[in-house]
Formats: sequence, structure tokens, C-alpha cells
Amino acid sequence: MEAALNEAEQRLAEAVHAAHVAARPLRLLGSGSKSFYGNPVEGDDFPLTLPTDSIRHQPSELVVTVGAGTRLADLETVLAEGGQMLPFEPPHFGPRASVGGLVACGFSGPARPFSGSARDHLLGCRIINGSGRILHFGGEVMKNVAGYDISRLMCASLGTLGVILEASFKVLPIPAAQHTLRRPMDAKQALLEIATLTRSPLPLSAAAHYAGHLYLRVSGSESGVQAAVTEIGGETLEDGIQFWSDLREQRLAFFDGERPLWRLSVPPASALPDLPGDWLLDWAGAQRWLRSSADATQIRAATEAVGGHATLFRGGDDSLNVFHPLPDNLLALHRRVKQSFDPAGILNRGALYP
Amino acid sequence: MSDESSDFKPSPDTRLALGQLQMVLPEGGLLIDAESLRPYECDGLSAYRRLPLAVALPETVDQVQGVMRICHRLGIPVVARGAGTGLSGGALPLENGILLSLARFNRIVEIDAANRRARVQPGVRNLAISEAVAPLGLYYAPDPSSQIACSIGGNVAENSGGVHCLKYGLTVHNVQQVEMITAEGEQLLLGGGGLDGPGYDLLALVTGSEGLLGVITEVTVKLLPRPAHVSVLLAAFDDIEAAGNAVAGIIAAGIVPAGLEMMDNPSIRAAEDFVHAGYPVDATAILLCELDGSEAEVAAQVEQVSALLQRAGAGEVRTASDTDERQRFWAGRKAAFPAVGRISPDYYCMDGTIPRHRLAEILSRIANLSDEYGLRVANVFHAGDGNLHPLILYDANRPGELERAEQLGARILEASVEVGGSITGEHGVGIEKIDQMCVQFNSDELAQFHAVKAAFDTKGILNPGKAVPTLHRCAELGAMHVHKGELPFPELERF
Repeated sequence: MEAALNEAEQRLAEAVHAAHVAARPLRLLGSGSKSFYGNPVEGDDFPLTLPTDSIRHQPSELVVTVGAGTRLADLETVLAEGGQMLPFEPPHFGPRASVGGLVACGFSGPARPFSGSARDHLLGCRIINGSGRILHFGGEVMKNVAGYDISRLMCASLGTLGVILEASFKVLPIPAAQHTLRRPMDAKQALLEIATLTRSPLPLSAAAHYAGHLYLRVSGSESGVQAAVTEIGGETLEDGIQFWSDLREQRLAFFDGERPLWRLSVPPASALPDLPGDWLLDWAGAQRWLRSSADATQIRAATEAVGGHATLFRGGDDSLNVFHPLPDNLLALHRRVKQSFDPAGILNRGALYP
Repeated sequence: MSDESSDFKPSPDTRLALGQLQMVLPEGGLLIDAESLRPYECDGLSAYRRLPLAVALPETVDQVQGVMRICHRLGIPVVARGAGTGLSGGALPLENGILLSLARFNRIVEIDAANRRARVQPGVRNLAISEAVAPLGLYYAPDPSSQIACSIGGNVAENSGGVHCLKYGLTVHNVQQVEMITAEGEQLLLGGGGLDGPGYDLLALVTGSEGLLGVITEVTVKLLPRPAHVSVLLAAFDDIEAAGNAVAGIIAAGIVPAGLEMMDNPSIRAAEDFVHAGYPVDATAILLCELDGSEAEVAAQVEQVSALLQRAGAGEVRTASDTDERQRFWAGRKAAFPAVGRISPDYYCMDGTIPRHRLAEILSRIANLSDEYGLRVANVFHAGDGNLHPLILYDANRPGELERAEQLGARILEASVEVGGSITGEHGVGIEKIDQMCVQFNSDELAQFHAVKAAFDTKGILNPGKAVPTLHRCAELGAMHVHKGELPFPELERF
């Protein structure tokens, strides 16, 4: 298996090197499950054909090392067989979702505010940089401060800095018990309630507001979860697992239809911005989904006013930069960082910032 | 190393620079005479000392920007310094450079309980944050052993850990935003007001960058609710491997302890003599396991872990029944470094990480190396996250012992890399481990690090010579490695 991986990697590295020399832009194609996300990319299609079965799980080390071509669903199955999971509950957005796309997009699910994000759990990775060199950063240990933390930088960089070949993640045991509670209230109340609950040492693992209800999930040992359920109170949601999975995969009715879907990343207790449209609050208030046809400038200004940033996640105006504009000096730094990995600017040119 | 630059005569250029710096700094904010510079000659790695050209003590962000603009224009190196407790020489001054102390940035700017975060200046001490938010039932999780003295700015520069990392993460997991001044004096905000920021994750890149990418002037940290209940178990083993298996057993049972620490016999004895924690001094190793959560949860886990430890061969398992006893259990571990300092004139603290299942193997290799070099080694181990701190005991007054200790240390780090670990888990590379970087990374990877550095700092004025070795240096060392780490020409300065 290792030999196959190396051969495929070498082939990709040589192709990237050739493109670098020819200054020929490449559009990296993984499984395509998240191809809706980001700005349009210039370049020739570059399919990332990598082995799909490379998983090395070390349960007692709480670490898994996995090839980028491996399907996320397969990875999660292997982890579950060892009683473990990716604590950041990555959204799949389709059955073909791969580990490379997970790293490149850096999405995290409802557990994010309590368990941490995809980048928080990324321990190391191997990449091909824009000159076609295969590089290894980080490793398979929890603590590692040798050199700059380039692995985490890869997360959410949308393939603009390197082709991800392999990643190592910290994994955690699947909690023995979990329980979902629901209480009717409006979004404003829900934010206040969440702010109070999250200041108490409760084993919360998700908090969302959707369609007139606050949804809370607690996870942990049987006894810990029971005690928390009693303390928090509310109606038990029998199909809690389904609800959180539908929220994560954007299968709830909220996500139907054609109206543009905005993602607002804001301080969790900040007031709900006065914007036209419908809201769904996830991440205990820190990630807010907005279905709105309002002007991008208006949405971004309102988000910035509370210290956040807004991304046009799906739909909307094709000509719009989907990512929040950066101050000039920070944008200039982004370009220099991009150039330091990809001097000829061939990897997913334009995906993140023009 | 003994270049103290005491007879340094400022050149005309230097005089110009100092004059300009004087203009942007407050009264008393620029130190130039040798006596005032002395306290800044080293950080926690005190074997290396050097006086800077001058020490700048700005009080405002504007002044930091002013210092950076001048130094950038004139090409003068800048070494930023927090509390100076770092253990890898990251804040060692450069004789032709400015030592930029952030000590006067010591205010907690805002505590935002609703968003569970605090905005603090970089000179604020780690523990001071937790103390300030304690009345709200909150705390800042990363707790390096030096937390009473180390500053949050230094924690960001080093990506500091502590004894609770396994469950609560490192600095990088507990910081949401930083304000940073670039080499050119520009002000940037990295991260976000929420849980992430737009664009590349430069916050993650800057965390642990050892002052090479920018100067941090404000940090927004994440606060957590204090756990409702905490219990600590202490288990004694007469076999290291059994202790290692016990750690694996706890993890395999699906338990993530808040802290999981191991000490070997020399460390146990030194700690016991020092703080009288009640440690079993005949044990080959002890494990300390902290569990936190709701009362019911902790009670159940204490029972489960206790049984696990006994099954794994623990001769004795004790549970701290109250806060006093819990603190006594921890006191020995937290005082392990100074305790070892009492039994040896000097000690040298290493910081490798290893995959946990290689622990017994590494410890036996360390024991062999200890015999080979004729120096005692005491080991403390963040067992939960595989971070090993061998403490090499030596006497700097005996000719050659420091060099032997350094060589022994280098061999331990190389062994850590060999088993799949890292040369540093939480102390940073600094100047101390710069040569071992050549073992952990190849020339392509080092070249990528240099390219990243150049993206932030085109002139290379921020902490030059630290953290990332030049390719040239590694090439030279590569040739030297033939001699099994015994460097030829030991009289030549190597740092």
C-alpha cells in the first residue's frame, strides 16, 4: 500500500513541478464534494488520483494518519471500530468526501465550540508545494513546536498552498453517552441562554437554534450526561443523532431553496445583526447561517461591526468575492505567503483571494 | 559562550539608531549601559548569555511600531522578550541588536464573560489571567510549570503547553486573535472575533513562531468554565513498562484525563526530598492522573481508573480526597525541576516528544546514554501527550561537563526523532536545538520555512539565527555527524 502511495505521490509531484516550470495554472480536483465552495479557479483540471485506502489508526496514541484520497466515511468507520472519532465532526457534503477536501476546506461540525476545529486536531501533514517538492510538517505526536506550524496553515487554505497528500489527526474516544434536549424560544433568548450555560462546567457538545427552538447536546459518561440533563432541563429529542447530522450536512429544510447562504463567524454572544433573511445559529452562536438576498456590502458591514467575518457559502452572485475582504496590509501578506509556497502561482489560483 | 560585548563601542550608524529610538520611546524606555542591560543577557537557558546593543521598553503599540520602523529601515535585528522564562534561548539577545521587552504591556484590557474570552497585553502573566477571571468561574487552560512568571506573549511565541494539554490543548488551541506588529512596523489582526478568521490561518502559523514573524502586542484568549469536580490518583509502579501500559489502558478505556504525568525514580526522590509530597520513594515510576467533570462523572471514573491501574500492576493507588491532598500530589510534579536543581549544581532540561508506545524503549536508551556520558538523568513525562523532559544533571564548574550534557541531550533528541517524535514538544527550538532541526527536517522543508519567514520579514531582522537553521549550517553539521555527535574543533563557537 505504501509503495502505491509513494508512486502516486511522485507522479503528482512531477506533474506539479512541470506545471511550475511552465507556469501553467492547475485546478486541483479531489472528489468534488465541496467544489461549490470558494472563488472560481483558473487553470487546467488536475485530478488528484491518490490511493483511497490508506489509514493507519493507532488507538492507544489517539492518532490516525490517513491518505488524502481516503474517503472520510471510510476513515470514520475505521475510527469507530476502534471506539474513536474525529472530535470536530467534519461535514461530508456527499458520500465521496475525501480527507484531502476536509483539510483544504477546514470545515468543522456542531461540536466545534466545545471540542475544537479541524485545524485544532491536525497534527501533521505531507504536501506537495507549488514547486513540486514533497514536504512533511508536524507529525504524529500531540505536541510539536519544531519549525513553523505549516500543517495547521494548510487547513482551510483551499489547495492554494499545496497539494495535500496525507494528514495526521488527534482523535478521541466516542463518548459513552449523549443526549439532545430542546426548548422553545426565539434566537435572541437562545443566545442569552447559551451564554449562561456555556459559563457553567456542563458537558455540552453542541448548541444550536433552529425554527423556534434551542437545541442542546450533552456528551460524556452515562452518569455525567444524566446529571447534566437533569440540570439543564427541556424536552428530550429522541432522534438527536439525526438532527445534529442533518444540521452538519445542511439537510435541514432551512438549507433548501436558492436564496444565497451566508456563513457568519462572530463572537458567540454578539447580538443578532439587523439583516433581512432567515437565521440558523450553530456553534453555540459563533457560526450563524443566514439565508438572505441582501447586498453583500450590507451583510459584511453588519458582521464586521460585531468583530466577525462573512462568507458567501453557497449560491448568490458569481462575480462576488465569496470571502470577506481583508485589510490591504493583510491581503499583501496573504499574497506573499501564497508566493512562498507557490512562486509561479499555479495552485488553485484565485480560489481564496483574487 | 562568553562574548559579552562589554567593551562594545557604538559605531556612527549605531549612534544614529539609538538616537532615533530615543525619540520614539518614553523617558527611561531605552537602556544602553552595561549595568542596565545585564538583566536581559539571558532567558531561562542561562548557559547562554550575551548583552544586546540596547533594550527598548515601549509602553504603547505606537512605540513598538516606531521601534520596528527604525530597525527595519536601518537593518537592525530585533529580539522580542516577554518574561524571559523561555528554556531554549529564544530571547537571547544579539550583540548588534535591540532587545524589545514587552514587560510594560502588562494590562488585562477586557474580560468578556459572555463570549468567554479575555483581551490581554502580551506582558500579562499566564496565571494572572486565571486569577483575574476566577470570580466568574472561568480560567485560562494552558498551564506551563512556569505559569506564575511566564507571560502570555511568550506563551504565544512558544506555543506553550502544560500538564493539562491532553484534554485542553496547547496555546494554539486557546488563543482566538492576536494583534501583531510586523517587521516593517505594520499592525495586523490575526484570527477573528469569533472562532475563526478570514483567509489563511496565520494565527496558527504565528503561534509558536518564536518571535521570527512579528511582535505580538495583544492576545485574545479563550476562557473555560472551571470544572465542577477534580480528583487526582497517584499510582506507584516497580516497572516502567507497566506504567506505560497503564497509560495506554486508561486511553483505551475511552477516558481522557485532564492530566496524566509520570515521574521516574530519580525525579520522585528529588521531589520528595524537596516538597515532602508523600511520594513512594522506592517506586520505579509514579503516575499522576487527574480527572475532572461533574461529581457523578468523576466518581465513576476514579473507580474505573483505579481498577485499571491495579490491573496494570500498580503496587499502590492513592486518591486525593480533598483539595489539600490534591495540591500535595501535584506539588511534587510541579516542583520537579527546582527539586532536581537541589541535587545537582546544574541541570539541563530536554523536551522531546515520542509516540507513547515507544516510552520504555526511549527510557532504556536514555539510561544507556546516561552511562555512556557518565551523567545522571532524571525523567519527568507528560505521559498523556508523549512529551518527555529528561533532566540531565551536570556541574558547569567541571571542565567539559556542560558540553557532555549538551551532547547527551542532542543524542536523546535524535533518538526521539528516530522513533517518530519531535525534538521539541513545548519549549521551542531557540538557539538550543537549532542543530537538531537539521535531523528533523530535510533541506526542502527548511527552505520552505525560510520562504515563509521571508514572506513576513523580507530583511530578516526578527530574531535572526534562532529556530530555523540555515541550509549551510545543516550541510556542515551533516558532515560532522560522521563523528557521532562529537564535534571537531570544540573551541569554535557553535551558537
